Amino acid sequence: MTTDQQADLQPEGSERIEPDYPKDRTTIGGPRLGLVGWVRWVWRQLTSMRTALALLLLLAVAALPGSVFPQRGVDAARVRRYLEDHPDAGPWLDRLGMFDVYSSPWFASIYLLLMISLVGCIIPRIRQQVRSLGAPPPRTPRNLERLPVHRHTLLEATPAEAVAAARAALAGRRFRLRAEEPGALVVSAEKGYLKETGNILFHLAILGVIVSVAVGHLFGWRGEIIVKERETFTSGAGAFDTLQLGPLVDEEDLPVFSLRLDDLDVQFEAEAQGAQFGQPRVFRGVATVQQGDEPALGEEFAVNHPLHVDGTSVYLLGNGYAPVVTVRDADGQVVYQDAVTFLPQDNTYSSSGAIKVTGLEPNLGFVGGFFPTFAADPTLGMVSSFPDLVDPALVLTAFEGDLFPEGRAQSVFSIDTEGMTQLMKDEDPQTPFSVALRPGESVELPGGRGTIEMESVIRWGGLLMRHDPGRLPALLFAGLALVGLVLMLGVKRRRVFVRVGAGTHTEVTVAGLPKGTDPGLEELVERILAQTVTAAGGRAVPADDVTKDDR
Amino acid sequence: MTDPTLAMASDYAVWASTAVLALALLAFCAHLAVTGAAPATAAGAPVTAAAAPSRRWGVVGLQLTWLATFLVVGGTALRALAVTRAPLGNMYEFALMTASFALVIYSVWSLRKERLWLGAFVVLPVLLIVGAARLGWYTEASQLMPALKNVWLVIHVTIATLSVGLFTIGAALATAYLLRDRAEGRGEVRGWLAALPGAQALERMTYGIHVFAFPLWTFAVISGAIWAEQAWGRYWGWDPKETWSFVIWVVYAAYLHARATTGWTTRRSTWIAIAGFVCVVLNFTAVNLLMTGLHSYSGVST
Ligand code: HEM
Repeated sequence: MTTDQQADLQPEGSERIEPDYPKDRTTIGGPRLGLVGWVRWVWRQLTSMRTALALLLLLAVAALPGSVFPQRGVDAARVRRYLEDHPDAGPWLDRLGMFDVYSSPWFASIYLLLMISLVGCIIPRIRQQVRSLGAPPPRTPRNLERLPVHRHTLLEATPAEAVAAARAALAGRRFRLRAEEPGALVVSAEKGYLKETGNILFHLAILGVIVSVAVGHLFGWRGEIIVKERETFTSGAGAFDTLQLGPLVDEEDLPVFSLRLDDLDVQFEAEAQGAQFGQPRVFRGVATVQQGDEPALGEEFAVNHPLHVDGTSVYLLGNGYAPVVTVRDADGQVVYQDAVTFLPQDNTYSSSGAIKVTGLEPNLGFVGGFFPTFAADPTLGMVSSFPDLVDPALVLTAFEGDLFPEGRAQSVFSIDTEGMTQLMKDEDPQTPFSVALRPGESVELPGGRGTIEMESVIRWGGLLMRHDPGRLPALLFAGLALVGLVLMLGVKRRRVFVRVGAGTHTEVTVAGLPKGTDPGLEELVERILAQTVTAAGGRAVPADDVTKDDR
Repeated sequence: MTDPTLAMASDYAVWASTAVLALALLAFCAHLAVTGAAPATAAGAPVTAAAAPSRRWGVVGLQLTWLATFLVVGGTALRALAVTRAPLGNMYEFALMTASFALVIYSVWSLRKERLWLGAFVVLPVLLIVGAARLGWYTEASQLMPALKNVWLVIHVTIATLSVGLFTIGAALATAYLLRDRAEGRGEVRGWLAALPGAQALERMTYGIHVFAFPLWTFAVISGAIWAEQAWGRYWGWDPKETWSFVIWVVYAAYLHARATTGWTTRRSTWIAIAGFVCVVLNFTAVNLLMTGLHSYSGVST
């Protein structure tokens, strides 16, 4: 019977290198009476591979709801909308943490248990590995026929020659050889210690990634700000539209610099039809950054090319339009002149916004939409048919009254019209006044209140500024994890034993013992036998049971 | 910037490949039926020419598969030429890349070893991928949106599609193993199942594929994080696509663990690998088409 078939008949794993780490730690010792015994039992349960496996599967399942339900950390507005749309189920889902999955106690408890389990399993394995790196390969087993892979042949050479040839063949393949007494007719060799080293490296690096992410969370911050073309932004805690500081970050820690958005270049797909029509194609900007007394630097940045200032990365993430609007009073005096940021509402940049003229008493407020390519749709009403400035129009209605009653804070993109009166048309007091302005156009306001003009349209860029000290460590550990993974899965841990017998012919048996799945081991054993035969004089005596099968 | 003639040639090549793949599938099925029905020969024992079941259908299937490989890879390359960029911009193109990788891997593999029995298991999923891409996810050849213009796009998506190609073959092998193993357990290996290698050999191959695919997927996730850091200002944000990529990674890690855990049979472990592939499929379909996130690059209008 060939060794090949024998291996096939044996149940997997009945003959393997003993794992360095006892995989089934639950059976070691077992529960004992007393607190210490009980604690030890729990610890062994927790650090067993079976538990690690269960925790891994649990982690996978636990991560899923976060992709089904909107998450506060990702998009708080969608969570609010979801809660409004599902008044019954929403609050219950919220109580279960379905909108904060990745910061929920149950998600945290799974990965914390996994981390503890990881530490608990790595420490003994490091100790084992250090010991095995210093130890010689084990003694050659008495009966090599019992190993999963073995080949033998008869050789016309002295036993000493055969042993020397086998040792040379194995050493040439960089096996570590066990030192034997002179005259011993056995060889024991092992290689692939890097497999276990890689395994330990991988598991440690996973811990490193988790710790780096935590460091980035604790010591990092992020701020968002809208900057119009030719506008200058100066960093500082109060300067951002939104600012999130990590739990261990102080407002004073934010770097101080100024950034002027010189120019923004945005282009859209006008050629291809179908779903690709109107998709963004170019999106980049030029900014001038000034920090301390250093000379100002003009730098190009874009999506995928953030700017870096003093440990802070500046990303260009959003964009939109800001019509430049001038309002004059009845005497022709300019009472308002500014580029007003309008927020895009869809892929064609139909945008909404508000203009707040406080230079007049009572205040004037305008609300409405900006359409970069204005179109009147019979069912949808006013829309934009293309995201670029082909035929821009600013459509507004007007209100009069107190814009900031009691000085209440409010969004810059809308007006609280409750305490205000809407302006009506002079010629038809039942119909609200509305204007559709094209660039350069000016329109009289009703009641001789003055005029409103849209001079031109500029763009604004949505900037994200972020400082994350865990970023590079996380990358480093991820790289180490990958190296460890490749070693752990790519390197084969193998033991090869040779036994040389004495007789009329010298009998040589070569056997191999794999760790895990190792289909290449047979070929290796055959090669080593062949090499030994060649080196020992090249005269093998044909034997019926060394025929190679053709697989 | 987009060359319509080349784009059309690409479309023709892809259409043609679906027909060739369908024929290859039929030929491979015929091969399994013929070899499975032949009188049993000892596994691996050399068989004499007279007793050997005809390999004709399998060879026809293999040659058709080579032709299909040429067509799919050619169609993908023509599209890349048409838009003068890597063909990695939308769901249709990802699917073509995945199909190309799976076919190339199988074709190269079959040059080195007799793999006629595996043909049907590879050609069927590839046909489904190309067919779904052509019928459901077709996107006109066009330029990229700015967030996709990055070297990391090429690295990340190439590796991701390569590992998905490998996971596809891995899942095909896992299915073959589970079917054959069940039949062997009942002692009734009959019909086309008899044309397959033994369950243990199938299991070893399944594991071997995953051992390749898992580090590649790990790298795909890492490179995706590097790219997300540059494009969106954070390397990880639990976007649906990121969440699912993580879940896939964890499930396949669990598969590798399960295989090394005493008390877990290879059958049960292999089911975890199948679960991993279900996640891969969902990540590619449901997450792209149904979930809102930053990864809205499917290019399919909904
Ligand atoms: C929590 C405790 C953990 C324990 C006790 C543990 C233990 C082990 C052991 C002993 C091996 C070697 C298996 C072998 O080669 O025979 C291994 C391999 C592996 N571990 Fe872990 N591990 C743990 C956590 C993790 C985690 C969190 C991950 C990442 C998701 C992970 C991923 C892997 C992978 C991919 C392998 C390769 C399996 C193979 O060699 O086929 N492990 N683990």
